[in-house]
Amino acid sequence: MSAISAAERARLEQKFPEVFKTSFLKRHGLIVGLGVTVLYLVFCWFFFNVGPALQNGKWDRTSIYVQDWYSWRAQPRLRFGEDGTITPQWSSRGQYPVGATIDWLTPHEDGSMTVTFGSDADRLDITTTEVNVFVGGEAWPVAITEDAAIAPEGVPAAIQQDGQKVIVDFGFAGQAEIRDNQVYVQRRFFGWANFLYDPKSPLWGHDFFSSIGLMFSGDRVNPEMSNAQFVVNQWLNNQAWQHADILVKLFQTLVMAFVGTLLATLLAFPLAFLAARTITPNRTTNWLMKRFFDFIRSVDMLIWALFFTRGFGPGPIPGIAAIFFTDTGALGKVYAEALENVDDKQREGMKSVGASPASVNRYGVVPQVLPVFVSQSLYFWESNTRSATVIGAVGAGGIGLKLLESMGTNSDWDKVAYMVLLILFVVFLFDNMSTAIRQRLIGGTGH
Amino acid sequence: MADTTHSSTGLSPAGATLLEHYRSQVMTRRIYTILVVVGVLVALFAAMSYANSANSGKFFERLPYMFDFIKNFMPRDPFEIFRAMFGIESPYFDGSAKYDYTSSNIWLTDTIYIPNFIYQLIVTVNIAIVSTIIGGAFAFCLCFFAATNLVGAGPVRWVVRRIMEVMRAFPEIVIAGLLTAVLSIGPIAAIAAVSLHTVGALGKLFFEVVENADMKPDEGLKSVGASWLERVRFAIVPQVMPNFVSYGLLRMEINVRASTIIGAVGGGGIGEVFRLSIGRDYAAQTYAIIILLLVTIIAIDQLSGWLRRRLVGDASFNFGKASV
Repeated sequence: MSAISAAERARLEQKFPEVFKTSFLKRHGLIVGLGVTVLYLVFCWFFFNVGPALQNGKWDRTSIYVQDWYSWRAQPRLRFGEDGTITPQWSSRGQYPVGATIDWLTPHEDGSMTVTFGSDADRLDITTTEVNVFVGGEAWPVAITEDAAIAPEGVPAAIQQDGQKVIVDFGFAGQAEIRDNQVYVQRRFFGWANFLYDPKSPLWGHDFFSSIGLMFSGDRVNPEMSNAQFVVNQWLNNQAWQHADILVKLFQTLVMAFVGTLLATLLAFPLAFLAARTITPNRTTNWLMKRFFDFIRSVDMLIWALFFTRGFGPGPIPGIAAIFFTDTGALGKVYAEALENVDDKQREGMKSVGASPASVNRYGVVPQVLPVFVSQSLYFWESNTRSATVIGAVGAGGIGLKLLESMGTNSDWDKVAYMVLLILFVVFLFDNMSTAIRQRLIGGTGH
Repeated sequence: MADTTHSSTGLSPAGATLLEHYRSQVMTRRIYTILVVVGVLVALFAAMSYANSANSGKFFERLPYMFDFIKNFMPRDPFEIFRAMFGIESPYFDGSAKYDYTSSNIWLTDTIYIPNFIYQLIVTVNIAIVSTIIGGAFAFCLCFFAATNLVGAGPVRWVVRRIMEVMRAFPEIVIAGLLTAVLSIGPIAAIAAVSLHTVGALGKLFFEVVENADMKPDEGLKSVGASWLERVRFAIVPQVMPNFVSYGLLRMEINVRASTIIGAVGGGGIGEVFRLSIGRDYAAQTYAIIILLLVTIIAIDQLSGWLRRRLVGDASFNFGKASV
């Protein structure tokens, strides 16, 4: 590259001062903007007390909650009896029917019990006087005394003495808490427990393929109905997973979004004609209509939802009403803007042949704006499918409330994951559906 | 025969065929339109009656109660609303929380204080701004990998787009709920939930802008041997920045509403205060919050609208507005 002489440079600088001497903001705008943003984020760090909140967080529980999304825990308490026998006591979410043979929990004739964690090298041999802990094939006897469980000297890090109890950690496979009167076992397995049938169902133990096989086999499990009907019935009435309830709640959420958006469209359509300057040449009406749209649009959806929940009680009606009110405003505004941008030539054409005002709008305006209107409404329908979930959570019912209830128990995270998957599936389905309809309407150019 | 048609409509046989075709097409079209309209209406009424039966109170039974609720949900005098809004002591104060407007005020010094509701509103607005900044920053980093003109139609684009879709569709309350379980109720859960959604929503708009960018500057840089990063930095970013900022502002408007709602399900801020006050029938406080929220939302809409008009001009101002 050839260098520029000093004189040439001075001449250029003098000729184009606006290029060489720009304002301070233009030269350093990016850095100043970034600096201000970072300062603001630092301020918010203290304003929201992020540091202390993160410190006080129950992070040890987080991994359990997250693991619960894709795996399940069997949690028997193995209680020591007076006579040297050990009896398992299951939590309320017992995942096995009474008397089932469990391959990782083997009772022996002398009353003792063996719990295996994945392989024989990681197991507990439990008697009421001593628990033999095998970690990686090596045995560590934990003595049970009157009021404590005591680990031997020199145990590996997986075995920990915690006050009067001993905690054994087998990683993902689970953990055990050995106390003076019981061993609390948490055995973790990949997948969702009893997703098909609950332990009380006569079909418990069938997997997906054997269920399908059952549907086509001739022998009726239940003489009152066909096998196919029985399988579906048992699946829907699964007490642990509540499939029927979840699907009904999901359907309610979809109904909220559908009815809310459609009613809003039907009302916003005529009102937008009143609000559009070019259609209704009355300034007062235009102004009033537009302020009305602004008002009901700006009152938050949350406010409408809580307000109507208060009036109508929980269920889809408050959800519908909230979406209806907010979207009448939002759609009315968008529609009115579309109406004000229509091509006037078609209206003039209609007027020139002496058409009535109604016909002018019907044939001169509606054909122009209808694809835009429908496409906007579909957009709103799509996004309302998502927001109906949140609206439900504040009290309007539907899958949102169900999600909130399941999260509140802190032990149903597998159910939360299931509902999230259902919601994601439905949202994708509706996204694609509305995109397909929109593209047919506006001929592929719209996005 | 052909002769009679000719005389009765004044058209040639070819013209008559044309007219017939036209009429039959109009007929088909009308039938389809009627079918679609009837189908939608049937679905609407079926859905409405289902909603009515699924609700805990039936619509027409509850309607009188609704009006009663509106009628009875009045503060004792109109000034109560402003007392609640600005944290001024009520003359009706009898020790109950209903008329207690002062005890939650935030005292900055001995004489200057921030009324509780305004403080909660500041919290909510800040949640919205922070989540827009965080979400926007991530969306900015991701969007270039989702644009066909920069990375081609390969697996990178596919993965990044799917990530954005999942982030967009993931129910916000689940993120908020999970973090609430770990961190207890507070704004961090709301920030995380709203930010995550923002990444997905803004990311989609951003990569569409990038795909519409003029590729000539990119070619110029390519011809002098610039790396991919340099091309993005000097050819694409300057072009798309105004639109990005405009979409960011638009998103911020939406996030103010979103953070109010998330607040009501465990994110703190004005949403939670509102849910409690309407649930306990504190009329004056409820109206105070409604007015505050209305004013804030309108003010933010106007401010960001004005900024966006200045940034991108009218044409782009309206573009993509509905797709958020």
